[in-house]
Amino acid sequence: MIKSVLDYLENSAAKYSDKPAIVDVKGTYDYETLLNYSKRIGSYLYTLGLESNRPVAVLLDKCKEALPCFWGINYAGGIYVPLDVHAPNARLQLIIEVIKPAFVITDEAGREKAVELFGEEQVLMFSAATACEIAEAELERIQRERIDTDPAYIICTSGSTGVPKGVVISHRAIIDFVEEASEVMEFSDKEIFANQAPFYFDASVPDLYCTIRNGATLHIIPAEWFVFPIKALEYIKEQQVNAIFWVPSALIVAANLRAVRDVDVTCLKKIMFCGEVMPVKQYNMWKKAVPEAKFVNYYGPSETTYASTYYVIDREFTNDEMLPIGRAAINTGVLILNDEDKPCAPGETGELCIRGSGVALGYYNNPEKTKEAFVQNPLSPYYHDIMYRTGDLVKRNELDEIEYVGRKDFQIKHMGYRIELGEIENAAMTLEHMKRVCCLYDKKRQVIILLYEGQLSQELVKESMKSKVPEYMVPGKVVQLEEMPMNANGKIDRRLLGEKYL
Amino acid sequence: MREKIMEILQEVKDDVDFTEDRDFIDAGLLDSFDIVSLVDELEAAFDIEIPGVEIIPDNFVNVDAICELVESCMGGR
Repeated sequence: MIKSVLDYLENSAAKYSDKPAIVDVKGTYDYETLLNYSKRIGSYLYTLGLESNRPVAVLLDKCKEALPCFWGINYAGGIYVPLDVHAPNARLQLIIEVIKPAFVITDEAGREKAVELFGEEQVLMFSAATACEIAEAELERIQRERIDTDPAYIICTSGSTGVPKGVVISHRAIIDFVEEASEVMEFSDKEIFANQAPFYFDASVPDLYCTIRNGATLHIIPAEWFVFPIKALEYIKEQQVNAIFWVPSALIVAANLRAVRDVDVTCLKKIMFCGEVMPVKQYNMWKKAVPEAKFVNYYGPSETTYASTYYVIDREFTNDEMLPIGRAAINTGVLILNDEDKPCAPGETGELCIRGSGVALGYYNNPEKTKEAFVQNPLSPYYHDIMYRTGDLVKRNELDEIEYVGRKDFQIKHMGYRIELGEIENAAMTLEHMKRVCCLYDKKRQVIILLYEGQLSQELVKESMKSKVPEYMVPGKVVQLEEMPMNANGKIDRRLLGEKYL
Repeated sequence: MREKIMEILQEVKDDVDFTEDRDFIDAGLLDSFDIVSLVDELEAAFDIEIPGVEIIPDNFVNVDAICELVESCMGGR
């Protein structure tokens, strides 16, 4: 029975011991080494007396060494917490205050920062941990006592108030996603993945677990290579990578810089994306370059383990259309609820709520926020049935596919109409040469403000919007920005824009 | 041409001093979306097309490198 992600690792190590599991620019771990290092790190943490289900931070750059740290922490019965080694100390401090990790594992490059943040005593070195002898009997005992609803990792997202929230994900939730994805995408030991997302983002979860579940190989591509994506794509060609889970931004840049057009990446057979809206324009550029590949638009917040719905693209889209987010994944329950918590009729916009094994265990050390977002399913009040409120507004189209509309927090009432600012943003994004847009509502003056980064003039944008949205949704004020401000999570910084323009 | 390129760089990223002698890429002055804007602006200003294979770090390390890139693209027409 599979009850822990470590079962995946052990099964693949037994079957594919000398096969490359994780490859980065500096070297390769085969499955046996990966398992061995994970057990050594687990044994080291055991000898240090790590308590069951305590968080342990990992402060490493994007490299293969991070993975045995994650699974070593799981071996010792702990929860791994990947941290961004490039994040400002002030932000990391906020995370540490909430999560209070027992230790942090780092390397020489991260040591100074780790000591500043945690103090000498809590800092563990990768080199020391992997030199520890394996305490086989103790590790086995720990694993026997663990259950699949125990946490595997915590990923931190930025809360709207600026205090980070630690999303707690169980082994069960990862297994649920990976089993489903492997079946639908027909993953096997032939898969060669190329990782783009950093490990402190939920978007990297499929890379790690679809690899070890299937005995596949994962290449870790350095973050710098995505600034000039031609290098990333040449690497894909060289290594004959055939499957990627990337965030749309990375695909967009690769398309806009013609890397997709000029490098032959027809070795790619499965191209999956999640995390933000994938514009059809850039999708079509990819589709043209890799016509044989299967393209899948995944949707899901970190709180439901990578993805909850997906759409395998099976028809043509024009540049002014939007890709649907499809249907619920297998073993995932999707509810679209209106303001009265009643199911929406087809075509009616409502909040997407998610049930199932993939739902997180809540926000670490934050019962208030947990209670707000993880709630009893209002449609079944007679037993425990928890659902996650995504705060995302969606609707079903004529084909019974779910379409993303926008964020619930950005729903406004203007001239008597209920308007989704996201809908105006989506419409603006279909204009030529549009890079990023953000829509705000000035309640006091009753003006919809559209801020954008792109080449078109303000007058032209304002004029073009009239043919895109109903009159009451046309922005009263249009502002062209040199650059859209982004927050630590790579999303548009609405708070900052609000302070400046409202 | 150099002046025009400086102007474009400043437009793409107004909070950075590009006159200082340093490696733009090593210093992390430009992210991927900046490169996208920069390429668009250069192509429009000089009526050129920069081939994908030329969009590599070496051609964007400093103003001289960008000048050379633009010149080679103009010569290719």
